[in-house]
Amino acid sequence: MSVLVNKDTRLVVQGITGGEGTFHTSQILEYGTNVVAGVTPGKGGILYNGNEKDQFCRPVPVFDTVQDAVDKAEANATVIFVPAPFAADAIMEAAAAGLKVIICITEGIPVNDMMKAYSYVQEKGAVLVGPNCPGVITPGEAKVGIMPGFIHKKGTIGVVSRSGTLTYEAVHQLTEVGLGQSTCIGIGGDPIIGTRFLDAVKMFAKDDETEGLVMIGEIGGTAEEEAAEYIKKYFKKPVVGFIAGRTAPPGRRMGHAGAIVSGGKGTADEKIKAMEAAGIHVVENPADLGITMLKALGRA
Amino acid sequence: MNIHEYQGKGILKQFGVAVPKGIVAFSAEEAKQAAEQLFEEQSSPVVVVKAQIHAGGRGKAGGVKLAKSPEEVFEVAQKMLGATLVTHQTGPEGKEVRRLLVEEGMNIDKEFYLGITLDRATSSNVLMVSTEGGMEIEKVAEETPEKLLKIHVDPVYGLQGFQAREAAFFLGLKGEQFRNGVKFIEALYKAYTTIDASLAEINPLVITKEGRVLALDAKINFDDNALYRHQDFHELRDITEEDPLEYEASKSNLNYVRLDGNVGCMVNGAGLAMGTMDLIQLSGGRPANFLDVGGGASPKTVEEGFKIILGDKNVKAILVNIFGGIVRCDRVAGGVIEAAKNIGLTVPVIVRLEGTNATEAQKMLDESGLNLISAKGLRDAAEKVQKALAMA
Repeated sequence: MSVLVNKDTRLVVQGITGGEGTFHTSQILEYGTNVVAGVTPGKGGILYNGNEKDQFCRPVPVFDTVQDAVDKAEANATVIFVPAPFAADAIMEAAAAGLKVIICITEGIPVNDMMKAYSYVQEKGAVLVGPNCPGVITPGEAKVGIMPGFIHKKGTIGVVSRSGTLTYEAVHQLTEVGLGQSTCIGIGGDPIIGTRFLDAVKMFAKDDETEGLVMIGEIGGTAEEEAAEYIKKYFKKPVVGFIAGRTAPPGRRMGHAGAIVSGGKGTADEKIKAMEAAGIHVVENPADLGITMLKALGRA
Repeated sequence: MNIHEYQGKGILKQFGVAVPKGIVAFSAEEAKQAAEQLFEEQSSPVVVVKAQIHAGGRGKAGGVKLAKSPEEVFEVAQKMLGATLVTHQTGPEGKEVRRLLVEEGMNIDKEFYLGITLDRATSSNVLMVSTEGGMEIEKVAEETPEKLLKIHVDPVYGLQGFQAREAAFFLGLKGEQFRNGVKFIEALYKAYTTIDASLAEINPLVITKEGRVLALDAKINFDDNALYRHQDFHELRDITEEDPLEYEASKSNLNYVRLDGNVGCMVNGAGLAMGTMDLIQLSGGRPANFLDVGGGASPKTVEEGFKIILGDKNVKAILVNIFGGIVRCDRVAGGVIEAAKNIGLTVPVIVRLEGTNATEAQKMLDESGLNLISAKGLRDAAEKVQKALAMA
């Protein structure tokens, strides 16, 4: 088992012919993910091979609509590289076509648009990951996102994080101490995201292959506290955590649209306190993530 | 993006949100003229002179004054313009007053709080009303939650009439005040969503003895992601309110926030950038900034980044932390060396690169003959920062 994506994933790439879409599809294909279709409205009917800069290792059929990709290529999951002004629409199109796993990489979607898309996805019963996230990878089976595939290793540690490169940091450390990963989910740095820590933790709770969980949060919002509450009561596997932004001043946005302490809420200290109270091994130094998981599993 | 009170009120007025009559003034003479006009039109014996800075808490800091004549307005304006206001939101250095808002006086009966913002926990907008006008709403929520009503608005259907009425009833409004209150709330919600605001805070919302309901103060923040839909708002930006280095960085599309420490940092990715700031603190330094140069960390952005960081004279050392990922480390190292040569580094730069070809990259840095120190892993990077600080 694994979470969200695996060897049975039949992926459609929305925005496949754009610059970002092309580059990352070439990487996704190289990793061995089963990409069955691309969608670019108006370019349906072509077999896309990449562009001059980024060649695909095999061609991908392009459709005008996600519904076509589902009907004709039996796609069962999507990754979205559509530019921000149109990305919320792309999310809703995927949900309307009946896809249950929607992973949106796009950064910079207006909150107003995202609020509607979020509500729509909920109504359709789909799982949205992101936006503004690196995506999801189940090492050795499917890479659905922009993370560097080679740092991952198949294994039994789940990773869930609001950050991109900080997730790679954690994965890199895990791999270095010999711990592979079951699935890594980048949930994204925006204030409105489809999958929150709590949702991800529940998925990992049900996954037999996952023995331990690394949870990387940051300042802003209360999603870490929510998850900690659940972990305290129900999650029986060891959890190692880190919260970025201890040194960030209040009222200032730290890069991610959601990384801001406002009205005294969403501080790193509050989150760390809640996580420690839930029995999570919270590291002070992000360099300690890998080794701490090893210890938590009793293997150090 | 933040804007001034008078600009916010100007926008709200277009949506039918009632605001006091007011005129912006950039000099004491302009303020006097504004007052003359207001005294002619209004019945109140006073006008209000309000300092326009991007921070709350102005009243307590002496940034809001009443005046009974145009001459008095002139005097007040002369003192206020050019003065530095220190409030709980400006930091100890304060903010210089460069603009004033001269506003009609009010016959205030009651003061309330009204705000609309995003509630992250429910992924929807929340309308908040409180009978405690002029108070910090966080404090009200903590200490007297019964005096605060929160109404969640379904993003699909928008604010409904019954919700606006519920808010007005909660404030105890009746008759003319009630009708105006409902109208005010509906207009504010319409404005909030149409302009893609991330916060619309009316504190205080005043009820006059004549039954008028008006925004005595207005704080509007925009959702930066939606600014592309509102090109006309760009001219509302007041760069004198921004840190000069942050303004420079924004021109190069760099995500930079200035802090007050002594170790600069340049990182790819916001989460890792925050983590790096924390790491600097653990190694005995204090972060001088947040800087996310994006996934690619191209030579050009690296060079721009160095320039911005070195523009802060408190910086004694710089930590570059790039998790290469899909970008190869030797390429990033090449960019760092190139940039370092172009700029002429004045402080030691510790460079930690991870990913493909990291070893080659380290070698390139160490052999560059420049003030570049390569580090392997976060722990090593922290130790080298510590060492560099000890020698500085």
